[in-house]
Amino acid sequence: MDARSLGSSFAPREAREAPGLGGPSRWRQRREKLVEAVVTLVAFLGIAALALILVFVAKEALPLFLDTEAMKEVSLSKLFLPQVVREGRPPAFVWQPVSEVPKVSLVPLLLGTLKTTVVALVLALPVGMASALFVAEFAPRRLRVWLKPVVELLAGIPSVVLGFFALMVLASALQALTGAPVRLNALVAGVGLALAIVPVVFTVSEDALSAVPSSYREASLALGATRWETAFKVVLPAATPGLVAASLLALGRAVGETMIVLMASGNAALVSASLFDSTRSMSATIAAEMGEVVVGSPHYSLLFLIGVLLFALTFVLNTAAAAWVRYLNRRVGVAT
Amino acid sequence: MTRRAPLALLSLLVPLVATAGSLTIKGSDTMVILNQRWAEAFMKKNPSVKVQVTGGGSGTGIAALLNGQTELAAASRPMKDAEKAKLKAPPVELAVAKDGVSFFVNEKNPVTALTADQLKSIYLGDVTNWKDVGGPDAPIIVYSRESSSGTYVFVKEHLLQNADFGAGAQTLPGTAAVVNAVSKDKNGIGYGGAAYGKGTRELKVKTGATEVAPTKENVKSGAYPLSRDLFFYAREQPKGDALAFIDFCLSEEGQALVEKVGYFRVK
Repeated sequence: MDARSLGSSFAPREAREAPGLGGPSRWRQRREKLVEAVVTLVAFLGIAALALILVFVAKEALPLFLDTEAMKEVSLSKLFLPQVVREGRPPAFVWQPVSEVPKVSLVPLLLGTLKTTVVALVLALPVGMASALFVAEFAPRRLRVWLKPVVELLAGIPSVVLGFFALMVLASALQALTGAPVRLNALVAGVGLALAIVPVVFTVSEDALSAVPSSYREASLALGATRWETAFKVVLPAATPGLVAASLLALGRAVGETMIVLMASGNAALVSASLFDSTRSMSATIAAEMGEVVVGSPHYSLLFLIGVLLFALTFVLNTAAAAWVRYLNRRVGVAT
Repeated sequence: MTRRAPLALLSLLVPLVATAGSLTIKGSDTMVILNQRWAEAFMKKNPSVKVQVTGGGSGTGIAALLNGQTELAAASRPMKDAEKAKLKAPPVELAVAKDGVSFFVNEKNPVTALTADQLKSIYLGDVTNWKDVGGPDAPIIVYSRESSSGTYVFVKEHLLQNADFGAGAQTLPGTAAVVNAVSKDKNGIGYGGAAYGKGTRELKVKTGATEVAPTKENVKSGAYPLSRDLFFYAREQPKGDALAFIDFCLSEEGQALVEKVGYFRVK
């Protein structure tokens, strides 16, 4: 509202000047137009790049549904339903794409991504948000000015370093703690992922909490609420849209993150509900197998199909997130 | 700029060299790196010969040899009879290096030797407890390599006779990761080329009453069962550049390169 009324008060003068005066004023208008065009172009380039990537990935996966040779090896029922893989054994979900008879069930991979993601989020969301709440509401000013940059620095650690840490240190520590027979398992990978995600959750949540107008806090305190009550019952609900955005950003990162899971999960494509079993995620599968796959083979297309699935998953999640945040924004009435 | 200079020089040289003499080697992906090392060293000594190395797999290389598209075929398996039948005269076969895979366990594991069959059932996922193969009552944690690895293919073809690895076999990126995992996992078993590390112990392979360790001598003599020859094939007795190249590969210098790349000598 404010912005528009300000703009309209300037508008008449601009309109009066434009047609009459040449020289500097017209030059400025042209420059404005040019800048606008460049910015629009750049924005569309970004979108075009995204669209082209999707087209490319989908194109490489397409032979699975068109090529008769590939259709023999891969079909929807083989991708998602249990198959008999060894004589005399019950049907099972097996991922063994390099084999005389390739087994291409995506179920263990979907399950692997799900398990590591859930572990990572269950750990990272409370930790990230609690530390954001502490920094935004309770930390003394002097602590805050260096706490925030330090946590944000953690976001810059390359995931291969975190993966190596998970493989060497975390796995042994967690095995000593839980007594799990399998050293590299979904839990280790999930905890490793959480290390990568906490800084993301923290940064976005902290921004959202700090953006809550201080008049909210003042009103709450004036009504006799304590600082804890203010933080939990006023600031936190008011920042909900931002916290939801942080959660979904974290979810997207957890689903797509590759290196940590590749190094720390053991990569055995098992169908098991236990967190203490080794697990194989979709992203790690692409990274591990893309290197030597025969270009154009069904296995190659299959890896791209997994890419399309990951892409679709993130796209749906992000769209749903955006819609939800818009809804919450309208309900809470706080801009973030 | 300084980095471009040699490239520019090279591109000037290439046409000259190509006219002077060229040799193509096509085949086994396992041997590509080895062939490239040989080719580089050979070309340094004989700048007038250009050696071109491509992969594609042993079958591809042999097919190219039959079609006359390559002078030498590199193969990590002997030529099949069906392939030989397509040639008028029998091809010239030459073992130029050896490839072997060793299995290792944690140094605290009391098991020192297993038969090839026991290793096979462990990697198929049929045997899952160490007590079934003479060890303590503890689960066997099986470590393997990604399917893109040459060692993976070797174990799959040679030990498992092309059956699939058990679903519980954990696949790690790189031999170093496998060695590291086994060194930290007292119930672990893993495999690799000629790679051993601290905290792990190589397993001997039992054949009958004898136990054979994967040493250089045993691989060279063929006593160690989990090894194979790497071959060059030619349509006829090689001469000229091809002969010079093969002689170089089998020379002391060439065989030293074999060890450097991680395989075993034949000489």
